[in-house]
Amino acid sequence: MDTMTQTPPDPRDRGGRAQPLLIARDLRKYFRVKGARTGAVVRAVDGVSFTLFKGETLGIVGESGCGKSTLARLLLHLLVPDDGALVFDGDAVAEVHGISVNALRRQVQMVFQDSYSSLNPRMPVRDSVAFGPYVHGRSRSEARDVARDMLVKVGLNPDLFGPRYPHELSGGQKQRVNIARALAIEPRMVILDEAVSALDKSVEAQVLNLLRALKANFNLTYLFISHDLNVVQYISDRVLVMYLGSVVELGPVDAIFTRPLHPYTTALLGSRPSMNPAQRIEEPPITGDPPSPIDPPSGCRFRTRCPYAEPVCAAQAPVLGDWLDRHSHVAACHMHEPASGHSKAPGNA
Amino acid sequence: MAQTSVLTAAPPPAEYEEQAAPALRVRGYWASVGYRLGHDPMTVVFGIVVLAIVFSAVFAPVLAPYDPYRESIIGRLKPFGWRGHMLGTDELGRDLLSRLLYGGRISLLMGVVPVLIATVIGGSLGVIGGFAGKRVNTIIMRTMDVFYAFPSVLLAVAISGAMGGGIGNGMLALSLVFIPAMCRIAETATAQVKNLDFVEAARATGAGTFTILRFHILGNVLGPVFIYASSLVSVGILLASGLSFLGLGVRPPVADWGLMLSTLRQSIYVNPVICALPGAAIFVTSICFNLVSDGIRSAMDVRL
Repeated sequence: MDTMTQTPPDPRDRGGRAQPLLIARDLRKYFRVKGARTGAVVRAVDGVSFTLFKGETLGIVGESGCGKSTLARLLLHLLVPDDGALVFDGDAVAEVHGISVNALRRQVQMVFQDSYSSLNPRMPVRDSVAFGPYVHGRSRSEARDVARDMLVKVGLNPDLFGPRYPHELSGGQKQRVNIARALAIEPRMVILDEAVSALDKSVEAQVLNLLRALKANFNLTYLFISHDLNVVQYISDRVLVMYLGSVVELGPVDAIFTRPLHPYTTALLGSRPSMNPAQRIEEPPITGDPPSPIDPPSGCRFRTRCPYAEPVCAAQAPVLGDWLDRHSHVAACHMHEPASGHSKAPGNA
Repeated sequence: MAQTSVLTAAPPPAEYEEQAAPALRVRGYWASVGYRLGHDPMTVVFGIVVLAIVFSAVFAPVLAPYDPYRESIIGRLKPFGWRGHMLGTDELGRDLLSRLLYGGRISLLMGVVPVLIATVIGGSLGVIGGFAGKRVNTIIMRTMDVFYAFPSVLLAVAISGAMGGGIGNGMLALSLVFIPAMCRIAETATAQVKNLDFVEAARATGAGTFTILRFHILGNVLGPVFIYASSLVSVGILLASGLSFLGLGVRPPVADWGLMLSTLRQSIYVNPVICALPGAAIFVTSICFNLVSDGIRSAMDVRL
């Protein structure tokens, strides 16, 4: 076992602060459609690339079914990507000279949306938290001590809550236990897959504040997946917008929320309920359902619902710009690609 | 935004943000099972009856007032209390109480042992099939379906008929009858939990298949398996009696409830009360096992 300290610099930090913690390059995951004779596939994640820098919170937003959760599982190799590469702190994941999946899982943990089903119903929550350290070679009593510490750190009294079963806790308490469970093996990165979406608003706020405090305490990097734009705006440093299995926009949170580039992002932001009754949304900025990921539209995925769609959008898939850079604000849209052939493209103006 | 003001609200001042409701006492798992059992008089009473039956079977040689095999030409089918025979005598003049006590040994053995064998074999196969899924699951479960195609009584009769009578073969036949059902229960329970997030979370901590099975799957599968097993005990006793009744289990003159029922049935017009006694023993035993297993099931469910 590596002896890890909470004080920076983290000894596990190999590449230094500037090296991204995680680079995902062109990840793809297709699922075969059951019963389809023609070998139809659902393109759940179709060429997703992004970087995650040390110490930041990257928010991932998108409609239901756009591949957010599949992406999260790909990053932990709970699902094996069909194509693409993952680089964790300079090491390629699951490749010969890189880092093994097990070593990756020591450093990356996940908190799931459903706080109930992500805890073993027949295990006292203390044991659920202690399971990770136990698996990683601690003795049973050491693992229990770690579990006690972690429960304290997420704001639960270990004497009162430790021996309880998940059904004896409220949703917020269960999610705190899940966070404790994820942090018990001292990961460097935590994937929060809709971790607060199932909680009611006041509890959600408490858990978000807890997550912020823990992030500072443990020197964590978050990948925060949510469909709730307000929450993403609150917690994220940068935001990635997904649509139908691919990235449509990536940039710093302020830039995304004040100057969205992609029409889909604009529509998403416009669909937030207004807090001012005088500014009601008269017309929905986006209607209908996203097209089926089994047979996505040619060219730009969003063109079927885009108000600015032109022939070029059907002919050619737009590319995301320089997604490797920390400060870049890029969108996969022909309107922002010079000389793309779109009437609004910068080269044509 | 209204939301932001909620989000940035100061955290509660208490030492622990989440406070437990003080009314709920925290017990260990077995302590809480014991507590719930103690508050269930039905289960306690029937549990005592089951224990008494087991006790009397185990200590039959001590408790039996007569030799269960000593026959008497003149004392056949005598009523209760005839010359010190508390429950009368059977068609060969043997003391019925002694025979019932001795018969309980074989009936309980035939009820419990096949269930244990089936639980171990069928349960493991089911967990393996349920957890592995896909091809392994198909191979195991379709093989079990072949056994399912036969009615259980017919299958038991066919197997012990083919292999010949005797206690050993009878138990083997019953084990084979119970394995598919046990396997199916374990498979269903495993498949139900293996796709839940907590198994995925365990995988995400880097736990191997065996560790996940041991800590996360077994605990969730043992409950239903145990409940089903305890209800099978009464079925086992009934089936064993049925086999003996048909002459495929134990052979006369060995005392066994099913066999006694079979031989006494010819005397039903002479002394119906005596003839009904082995049947009553089977009935009482199996219903007690059923009720106790019901009670233990609800006591073991942590969610109740």
